[in-house]
This record gives sequence, structure tokens and C-alpha cells, in this order.
Amino acid sequence: MSAAALSLTGPARDARVAGLLSRRRKLVDGLVKLLCIAATAMGLALLASILFTLLFRGVSALGLHVFTDITRPPGSNGGLLNAIVGSLVQTMVGAAIGTPIGLMVGTYLSEYARTSALGNAVRFVSDVLLSAPSILIGLFVYTILVEPFGGFSGIAGCVALAVIVVPIVVRTTEDMLRLIPTELREAAVAVGAPKWRVIVLICYRAALDGIATGVLLAVARVAGETAPLLFTSLGNLNWSLSMTQPMSSLPVTIYQYAGSAFDDWVDLAWAGALLITFGVLALNIVARVVLRPRA
Amino acid sequence: MNETEQNPVMAAMQARSSEALRAPRISIRGVDFFYGTNKALKSIDLDLPDRQVTGMIGPSGCGKSTLLRVLNRMYDLYPGQRAVGQVMMDGANILDPGMDLNQLRSRVGMVFQKPTPFPMTIYENIAFGVKLHERLAKAAMDERVEWSLTRAALWGEVKDRLNSSAMGLSGGQQQRLCIARTIAVRPEVILLDEPTSALDPISTLKIEELIDELKQDFTIAIVTHNMQQAARCADQVAFFYLGELVEVGTATQMFTAPRERRTQEYITGRFG
Ligand SMILES: Nc1ncnc2c1ncn2[C@@H]1O[C@H](COP(=O)(O)OP(=O)(O)O)[C@@H](O)[C@H]1O
Ligand SMILES: [Mg+2]
Repeated sequence: MSAAALSLTGPARDARVAGLLSRRRKLVDGLVKLLCIAATAMGLALLASILFTLLFRGVSALGLHVFTDITRPPGSNGGLLNAIVGSLVQTMVGAAIGTPIGLMVGTYLSEYARTSALGNAVRFVSDVLLSAPSILIGLFVYTILVEPFGGFSGIAGCVALAVIVVPIVVRTTEDMLRLIPTELREAAVAVGAPKWRVIVLICYRAALDGIATGVLLAVARVAGETAPLLFTSLGNLNWSLSMTQPMSSLPVTIYQYAGSAFDDWVDLAWAGALLITFGVLALNIVARVVLRPRA
Repeated sequence: MNETEQNPVMAAMQARSSEALRAPRISIRGVDFFYGTNKALKSIDLDLPDRQVTGMIGPSGCGKSTLLRVLNRMYDLYPGQRAVGQVMMDGANILDPGMDLNQLRSRVGMVFQKPTPFPMTIYENIAFGVKLHERLAKAAMDERVEWSLTRAALWGEVKDRLNSSAMGLSGGQQQRLCIARTIAVRPEVILLDEPTSALDPISTLKIEELIDELKQDFTIAIVTHNMQQAARCADQVAFFYLGELVEVGTATQMFTAPRERRTQEYITGRFG
């Protein structure tokens, strides 16, 4: 090696400095690791304590009567049947209204307006809606469906939930469709398929798992919403499946019962919370495990 | 004689040297192509002889894929891409703005570099294209599926699993499925853009044999980076460089006596 090349490497390493640096590196490494573990442990502990409390209070309050009896005045051993059914109905109808709209808007954004000004505007509005506080959505539906029609109604609750579902489905639909390789679209076009057939028969099929996951997660999200229902379907202590009457729901019932002064109502609130939590958990597991995108 | 026996490439070419080029099925005249303002093809004149194979060779980025995508108007999907000039087929200009593109694509089929099976069953993969252009009863459709898979040398391997997903086939099988899917529509012209570059040698050989067999009925244009493949498959070879068609001739002429120095240099591997 030439002298010039040697001089580039500088003076020989000082063993003492190298040792010092090495020890310091290990110390910082250990410290950061410790902080990460501590933070994780804290998060997990919080979650575990919530779940534990929920299980402890919820299971002891759970019984067959919760599923067979409707809500009754305090002390008369009521259940949650109307709230459970009301929640199911409003969640399903909300998803049924919101999903097709979200699907079409997401398709428009991905397939027809990827870079257009209108597309960007729609995407922006949808993203704003995605993070809008849900109480605002409740108030919005209150002004367009409750006030003008003279009262709280099941359908207003459904619409409020649908408004929450739409941007979630828009987002996943657009994201999933964008993941489809250009070659697959071109291959379909190459056999003479018009654009709408490529979208409906090829792209939707290729993106089906991802979109279905998005819909399930949207359902899981609205199943636990309270604020938008407070201003729309309000809640109903009697049995009613009428879309033009106030309708009961689990989150609103939990909200009312948990804050009450009656022990049996508070117990029922815990049971309801347990039901919602495990319902949402089940939906999430289905979304993640059963519909996991196949490699 | 002894020498040709030793060199299969030369033998394949010489077996073909007696075969003259047929009348053109597609005539390309003065075609320019633009990606925005970037000119990717410069005044191309080229004939694709009827029911023969035209091999397109040249270094990456010289415009071979671009020319194929002109022939089925694939570029139309993308605003900003534009072709001018004439591409005559059956007395009509393919570049005519009034051209029915879906019908054009049923007459000019395309197979891509990466196998692109549709996310559906093998049977549905074939039926998808056919249904776009014809109303067939179930029995006739079954027959068409069998016919196209047989022509693509895939029937024997998949006849017992027509209703399973096409995604489960090997890469070579998927590519033959794509060929079957293309011929099921019964096009007149088939465009193949480096159809074997993602495949193993055995699958490659199968596809090459297939091309030889298919040219009895179809006019074929194949882009390839493999000189031996061009020598084995093509009747006519066109050499492109920087968006220009440098030279075109019979395979024998191009590989044994190229007129242009750039052709000679590319074929012998001195650049590209
Ligand atoms: N979508 C595109 N947008 C802009 N330029 C492109 C596009 N596709 C190809 N080109 C350019 O056009 C030229 C020809 O490309 P291509 O036809 O793909 O070459 P080849 O298939 O011979 O490798 C290249 O210079 C390439 O950079
Ligand atoms: Mg190419």
C-alpha cells in the first residue's frame, strides 16, 4: 500500500477511546430498549386492566334475561333485548346504506379521477369526514332528518352511522383498487373488455378481500358509536322496530344506564359493554384472520 | 451441412430461408409516437406478413413495446400518449379516432411479459374474453375452452382442474393460459411482448414451439431480447434503435448478412 493511501486511514485507533465509545453505545442501547419495554408494558397493562374489569363486572351481570327481556324500570329485572336488536338493525342498515356509496366513491377516485381536480377535492372531503368528530355527524343528521321531520327516528340513526361508514369504505376501496397492478387491468383491456367490465369483473374480484375487510372494520367502528345516535335515534325503553320511531341501541343504553343511580342498571351497562366489546373483537378477528389477503 | 447440424440456431434459420415473406396483414406507415412531448417512435414503416412471425429486437428503451402497444391502441388508456401515422389492417387505419377499440382488441390480441392470469378459475379466464364478443351456449363455450387450451398446449395439464383458480398454476402454465385466453377470442394478430423473459428454460421452449405452431393461423409479432429466440421463431426480424427502425429483413438475412453496422453490432452482442 502506498503512503498516500495509508494517510487516508488516519492515525492508528486509540484502544482506550474505542473502549469508552463502545461502552457508551451499549449503555444507550440498553436504556432505549428499557424505555421501549416499559412503554409497551404500560400500554398492555392498561388494556389488560380494562378487559379484566370489563370481564369481571360484565360476566357477573350477564344472564339469559339480558337477551330475552327488554329494558325495564329500575328494580324490575329488565334485560337489553331491544337495545341489542336496535344496535344490530341500525348497524346493518347503516352499513347497507353506506357501503355501496363508499364503494362507488372509492371506485370513482381510483379508476376515474386519480389525478383530476374534482377527484382531489372529493378525496380531501372524504378524508376530513373520516376524522370528523362523530358528534358533529350526529348534529348534522339531526338538522336534516330529525328537526324537519318532527322527531327522533331509527332511520336518522341509520343515516348517521352510514355517514361514518362512507369515508372508511371510500378509503379502503380506493387503496385496494390502487394496489391492483397495471398489467392486470391492461390484460383485461387487451381481450377487448370495456372499462366498466374491467372494474367490476377483474378489479373488484382482485380487491374483494381487502374491501370486505374494510367494510367489516367500518361495521365494527359504528357498532360502538354513541354520540351520533344520541341526536338521531335517541334511544327507546320500549320494544320498537319502527324506523320512524326512536330506536334503542346498546351504546346509548350503556351511556344512560352507567350514569344512573340504580345498581341493576349499572350492572346491565357492564353486560352491554361486554357484549359490544366482544362483538367488535369478533368482527376484527374475522376481518384479520378469515379475510387476510392471500399471498 | 455438417456445420448446420452442430449449430441449431443456424439450422433453424436455414430451414426457413427458403420461405419467402407473405403479403402484409398489417402495414405500418410513417408512425410517430409521443409520450407527452417525448418522441419514442420516429417514422416507422413496417409490414407484418400474414401468418408469419415478426421478431422485434433492439436494446431496452428503443421502442419495441411502444410499437406493439400502438397496434392494439393500448396506449389509448393513458392521456398524453399519442400516435400519428397509419397502421392499415383490412383496409382500415387502426389509428383512426373512430376505431372501435374493443373490437380492434378482439382482432389484435396481446400477451404480456409477466403472466397475468385473472383472479378467477382457469375456465373463467378463457371464457371472460369470449363472452365479451360472442354469445355462446354452455356446450359451445366448453368446446371453445378446450380448443384454446389445446392450441396453447395446456389442455392435458389442466383438464381436470378447470374450476380451480388460475393463480395456482406455475409461471409457465400461467403464460400459456394467457396465450390460450388470447387465442380463444380468435384474433387475427397476436402480439407477444417478451413472453418468455420471466420463465424458466423448459417453459420458454414450450412457448417457442407453441409460437411455431400458432403461426399457421395467426399473424404474430414477438418482442424478444434473446437472439436465439428470434432466430428460432421469427420469419422476419426488425431491429430497432433509439425509436427508429434501423433494418428489417428475413431472419436469415438479418442474422447472416445484416446491411447495417448497428444491426451487426447488436446481434453479435457488442452493445445493447
Ligand atoms: N409510460 C411512459 N411514459 C413516458 N415514457 C415512456 C413510457 N413508457 C416508455 N417510455 C419511453 O419510451 C421509450 C421506449 O420504451 P419501450 O417501448 O418500453 O422500449 P422497449 O420495449 O424497446 O424496451 C423509452 O425511452 C422509454 O423511456
Ligand atoms: Mg419493452
